[in-house]
Amino acid sequence: MVTLAKTGNEVMAEAMRQIDPDVVAAYPITPATEVVMIFAQFVADGLVGTEYIPVESEHSAMSACVGAATTGARVMTGTSSQGLALMYEILPIASALRLPIIMCEVNRALSGPINIHCDHSDTMGCRDFGWLQIFSENSQEAYDNVLQAVRIAEDPRVQLPTMVTTDGFIISHCMEKVEVLEDKVVKDYVGEKRSPYSVLDVDKPVTIGALDLTDYYFEHKMPVVQAMKDARQVILEVGEDFGKRFGRPYRFFEKYKLDDAEFAIVALGSTCGTARVAIDELREKGIKAGMLKLRVFRPFPAEEIAEALSKVPNIAILDRSDSFNAQGGPVFTEVRSAMYNLKAKIINYVYGLGGRDINVAQIKEVFNQLGQADKMPLVNYLGVRE
Amino acid sequence: MAGLKDLSKRKDPLTGGHRACSGCGFPQIVRMVCMASQDPVVVVSATGCLEVTTTIFPYSAWTTPFVHNAFENAAATLSGIEAAYNALSRKGKVSKKINFVAFGGDGGTYDIGFQSLSGAMERGHNLLYVCYDNNAYMNTGVQRSGATPRGANTTTEPAGKVKQGKTRFRKDLTEIMVAHRLPYVAQASVGYWADLIRKAEKAFATPGPKFMNVLQPCRLGWAYPPAETFAMGRLAADTCFWPLYEVENGKYKITLKPREKKPAVEFFKAQERFRHLFKPNNAGLLEELQKEIDQRWEELLAKEAKA
Repeated sequence: MVTLAKTGNEVMAEAMRQIDPDVVAAYPITPATEVVMIFAQFVADGLVGTEYIPVESEHSAMSACVGAATTGARVMTGTSSQGLALMYEILPIASALRLPIIMCEVNRALSGPINIHCDHSDTMGCRDFGWLQIFSENSQEAYDNVLQAVRIAEDPRVQLPTMVTTDGFIISHCMEKVEVLEDKVVKDYVGEKRSPYSVLDVDKPVTIGALDLTDYYFEHKMPVVQAMKDARQVILEVGEDFGKRFGRPYRFFEKYKLDDAEFAIVALGSTCGTARVAIDELREKGIKAGMLKLRVFRPFPAEEIAEALSKVPNIAILDRSDSFNAQGGPVFTEVRSAMYNLKAKIINYVYGLGGRDINVAQIKEVFNQLGQADKMPLVNYLGVRE
Repeated sequence: MAGLKDLSKRKDPLTGGHRACSGCGFPQIVRMVCMASQDPVVVVSATGCLEVTTTIFPYSAWTTPFVHNAFENAAATLSGIEAAYNALSRKGKVSKKINFVAFGGDGGTYDIGFQSLSGAMERGHNLLYVCYDNNAYMNTGVQRSGATPRGANTTTEPAGKVKQGKTRFRKDLTEIMVAHRLPYVAQASVGYWADLIRKAEKAFATPGPKFMNVLQPCRLGWAYPPAETFAMGRLAADTCFWPLYEVENGKYKITLKPREKKPAVEFFKAQERFRHLFKPNNAGLLEELQKEIDQRWEELLAKEAKA
């Protein structure tokens, strides 16, 4: 293990180099462009055995990934925002065909208005497409998550595509200290890709992507339902094993000073780093503040969240995207649904759209307002000008 | 060209019992193209008639590996398969020589899949893309496409009291592919089967990206008796509505020069979709159509002469 200074993009590209996938099909888009650029240089310098397809759009990137994955090849891509949205049509095809494609996704606000900065609207927009979604708080987690994603996605119990996300610019372009494993260690860790079939096996021809009408479509969606359920156990096993091997265990979420908390927030991604500081400062003043940092959004660990928050009376859910559904953001609606049988007061803060900064003072104010949660609106917009 | 005796021993990519219309032209195209390959083929199809009629679960008519992804991405999908083949070959995980073929209708090729096709061709993948051009979105009920000829009646640009069907001339996709400077581009028709097979053989023998545009008479959308499909395909070539030619490394060769170019009206009058053109007040339009066909043919002759 070596300690390096790397940005989120650099470290995702580094993980890709070490995984050395058979095929990478990708198209540049801010702020994920560097992932593609750096990887293209690895290809140009002969550092990987990957067949790299510099496609003409993200739609073709995901289409080529699907095609490549039907051969049993290990396939990766990277994108962000509009690029991810351009892939939307093909994402549920990848999951329905049970193709464990790995995507490095850098969270960025969806247009419009056009914006290049972080929010989670792009990733949340495809939350129901049968992809596993793993969020990262920093570059180290991004690296660790990409490596684990290969093991999780390719597990025979899962066989579902998986996206690992960082937050645009906040993580993607921020240089941090990252512990990187040796190439050989990663090679052994990810192992050889196995596949139940290959379209290149001309002696055993398979038909992939058949027309499925009212008599079978529903039945063919059920394995995805089951695989997403089964992925829960696999994520826990892989996270625990990763901890044993490399000293950094992972679960669905991290509890930060949560066990005795009277006031808690639930958040995803880079905001959790800021929230730790706010919580520490509040704790110094004797306020029992805590956090549930959600790492895995798909599959959604509803029972475990409800259990972890069962003793917290006042909870604020921080959403870096809005559902425009007149009842709060996606994390809020799902956590609140998971907490349906509990008596906690749960309110929502939608924040940080289009990269609007969130700071320690604002998070402390959220905790302050949680003190009178009964008087707060159900859905609040944090850091927006009136 | 492989003789009929040889061809009859090749593997048929499609079983009987698929659900294409009686008299449909594309099963012929698929069979002729795939059987022209001496090596095994892996097939990708765009969403459309071909995919819908050959893969209704739990049945598949395909005896070759077959992948359908979506409507507009057959070329990109196949480019991924071809790339994976290269990577896995380098690693010694596959060893057989395989030919890669994508089929798309004109909707999935001229229109919604145009970008995907152009990208894959520009990147230079070793694959053959075959457009089965039946001049409209036939799978969903004869909607106009960029390949629909001027004057044709379709359900989204119908002939009516004040309009006479499609107002624009068709997009010349074959020439657009030539402009990609591919090693091999060809235009063929189901009616001239030997010409079609010979072109497919040539395409498979050429490394790099290849494109074939094959006219597929559609008895449903063009509205003619199902037994007439081959005759209709031949008529299209004999009238020069659909010239048969190939472009090898930029060099044009017309593979069928009708001894006597038949008037286009013979092609039009054989199909319901052009019926309204024969109203007395549309005589001018018929003249314009003939003029356009003549002009495109003359241009093609000039390109060949230049070569």
